Amino acid sequence: MNQASKPLPVWIDIVVIPLINLMLALSVSIVIIYLIGANPFEAIKLMIQGAFGSSEGVGYTLYYATNFIFTGLAVAIAFHSMLFNIGGEGQAYIGGLGVAVVLLAFDHYLPAWMLVPMALMASMVFGAAWAAIPAYLQAYRGSHIVITTIMFNFIAANLMVYLLVNIFIEPGSMTPQSRPFLDNAWLPSMQAIFADIGIKISESPLNLSFIFALIASFFVWIYVWHTRWGYEMRSVGFSEQAASYAGIKTKRVVMITMLISGGLAGLVGINEIMGVQHKLMLDFVAGYGFTGIAVALMGRNHPVGIIMASILFGALFQGGAELAFDMPIISKEMVFVIQGLIILFSGALTYMSRPWIEKLFCVFYQTRNLREI
Amino acid sequence: MTDSPVAIELKDISKSFGSVQANKNVNLKIYKGTIHGIVGENGAGKSTLMSILYGFYEADHGKIYVNSKETTIKNSTDAINAGIGMVHQHFMLVENFTVLENIILGAESGMMLSHSIANAKNEIRKLEESYGLYVDLNALVQNIPVGQQQRVETIKALYRGAKILILDEPTGVLTPQEADQLFDILRALKEQGTTIVIITHKLREIMRLTDYVSVMRGGEIVTSLKTSQTSKEELAELMVGRKIHLEIDKTPVKPGETLIDVRNLGLTDAQGVKRLDNINFQVKAGEIVGVAGVSGNGQSELLEILSGLSPCSEGKVQISDITITPKRQTDPRAVRNASIAHVPEDRIKRGLIPQFVASETAILGYHNSSAYNGIILTKTEEIRNHCVYLMKNFDVRPNNPDIKSANFSGGNQQKLILAREMEKIPKVLLVGQPTRGVDIGAIEFIHKQIVDIRDKGSAVLLVSGELDELLSLSDRIIVMFDGKIVGQVDASKADERMLGLLMTNSYENKEESQNESSI
Repeated sequence: MNQASKPLPVWIDIVVIPLINLMLALSVSIVIIYLIGANPFEAIKLMIQGAFGSSEGVGYTLYYATNFIFTGLAVAIAFHSMLFNIGGEGQAYIGGLGVAVVLLAFDHYLPAWMLVPMALMASMVFGAAWAAIPAYLQAYRGSHIVITTIMFNFIAANLMVYLLVNIFIEPGSMTPQSRPFLDNAWLPSMQAIFADIGIKISESPLNLSFIFALIASFFVWIYVWHTRWGYEMRSVGFSEQAASYAGIKTKRVVMITMLISGGLAGLVGINEIMGVQHKLMLDFVAGYGFTGIAVALMGRNHPVGIIMASILFGALFQGGAELAFDMPIISKEMVFVIQGLIILFSGALTYMSRPWIEKLFCVFYQTRNLREI
Repeated sequence: MTDSPVAIELKDISKSFGSVQANKNVNLKIYKGTIHGIVGENGAGKSTLMSILYGFYEADHGKIYVNSKETTIKNSTDAINAGIGMVHQHFMLVENFTVLENIILGAESGMMLSHSIANAKNEIRKLEESYGLYVDLNALVQNIPVGQQQRVETIKALYRGAKILILDEPTGVLTPQEADQLFDILRALKEQGTTIVIITHKLREIMRLTDYVSVMRGGEIVTSLKTSQTSKEELAELMVGRKIHLEIDKTPVKPGETLIDVRNLGLTDAQGVKRLDNINFQVKAGEIVGVAGVSGNGQSELLEILSGLSPCSEGKVQISDITITPKRQTDPRAVRNASIAHVPEDRIKRGLIPQFVASETAILGYHNSSAYNGIILTKTEEIRNHCVYLMKNFDVRPNNPDIKSANFSGGNQQKLILAREMEKIPKVLLVGQPTRGVDIGAIEFIHKQIVDIRDKGSAVLLVSGELDELLSLSDRIIVMFDGKIVGQVDASKADERMLGLLMTNSYENKEESQNESSI
């Protein structure tokens, strides 16, 4: 009774508020596009068409979404034990390294059906290992995980430059990237899979990883809400004191959670390195790790929300690229502004509109109750 | 009841939070220069009503008259301007400021602090002298005892010109002696014309201190009475709406084997301060041993060591099958497996997880049991059923395992925790503050359960700040002061005055208490 805030029904929290935030971001974007002299509605139409208007567009949208699901899940699962893992970027990068190490070592000797699970394992183990050090420092040494994971992003970036320039570089090449993998080490594209069952879709980077992303979401849902380990994880997240009262080893839970989180982020390597690039290269993570934070915030740390938010962000990336191409007055930077606004409103300002929605709801609720009387 | 002019009149005050109606058409008259008590269970709407008066909330409708003049109070500044001051239950003080800085905080005059300080000092001197409100103005608030901190809060209100003083549960953290001093000060204030409103759930204080008393129940004022024309029993009945047995029927103690044996236990914290010093006592099966003491004198540390939450630095504890020494530490899981149950002092921070639904809270600590787990998945249905079962046994309301733990009232949260910890009839039950912030109806029930489990053969160690509770539940009481045991008395031979003096280590007749401890 001390708090004036009253719990809102779940559907308002997970559907209405994100939609309102999205609308707010779009309204500001419309003003900005109008101010630079373009037709905002034309621009939005182009964006939506670019993202969903063709099977190629949809392919790209879902390909981007795959990365966002992995990094979004990574942020979300850590958040359930109150750990803010900002290191998805670095963990994804090192996850990609793991994939490349396995594929470069074995693509001459092993068939695809063996390489896929090995690469999956490698991406998760490498991503988890990269998260393990900040996790250890947080759990046993009290260094704040936000600081250490940010630092580890930089360390990962520099490590990868070193490795690519000095070790993985293709002999005789001037660009710091590895040799391409052999065909059997390529993850089948969705186009190929659909062709096998007789459906023709256009070419896009979308590959089997999207299915892995959906499976990972299901796994996270089960783990967090339907296992005793998830129970312990949430206990630690909500109240460390209550968790230790309950005999939960909080430090171990922090370690396990961060290992899973890093492993999920590492799976970006499967999509990018095994599914699309087919070689190890610089900067393939391209900010997916950071966008994952906004995705997790918007998806309310729930796998279903994260899938939906990922598709939205995928559409923004894909539609934005099309927009910049079709409407020269809107530069690539302009598209970044629109993306930034959506991240700002639905990520950073998630709860901005909450107070007045609560008020509105209370008024509505009361009048309805009065009517019932 | 019209012997003096009215200081505050509330007319038809209503306030609701969403669908919860916290105050319903409240009408209340408070006469000038009187002490007016407001009693009611938790959630009866006392605090909401006072928050409306002090401007924390705005009433949905209704009017407030201060000195017969209609007054709009939208925030605490309005309240202060209308001459209303409030002493909160949880003090609103800046810990690392001095007393003086705290008093003038927010009421500084002019740009330069030194100017306001000089002015303030004179004025505070006057207040001190006229009401006996002495405090060391230069001491840091964090270094003075709670009783003094409360005086600082009171001076703060008076310094701002309060003619009407509201005190919310003022004696919750005080020893009986400190409470007496507070009452003397309040009487002095009243003599000089200040009107005092006191919110409390301690009926004894109402009877001793107040001129008028209003009883609240379910957001409404049930009745307003002259204190001299009512009794504790009548007030309790009015508060709850049914007859209440304040006395507990207890069979004589039949102690069995020793289940808690504490020898020379000591704890030195990281700053080198001795928190526990040479603690020795035993608890046998079938008896309740109470631990009395002003909070912060080592009781919490003792509970934490016994429950495996923190290590000790000296001595030895044998509790159930567990041995604790500085070298041989244990953990809460091992303790629980040895049939030791623990109802923690702070139920919100430790005993439950507010964001969890009731069924999740109902397995906290027992969540690894094979009864609730398959190989991988948890057995959601079993967990729900278990919670429903506990709720039924311990009368937890509402009887719904899917409601968030935070949305239960304090009493029902506590009943759920007790149900969880008592369900398997533990050999040892460690209980901290079982009825803090719990309403009278639930207190009656909780007390009965604690006595019940003792009769079933559990050894119960009860830490409580409520002397009434300790005196009526315990078979023996040990008193702690400054990390040491300063007295051990037979509960039937102890009284509140004696415990109060022991708690402040000012009991003259030490011989007697030592003799009794050897019984």
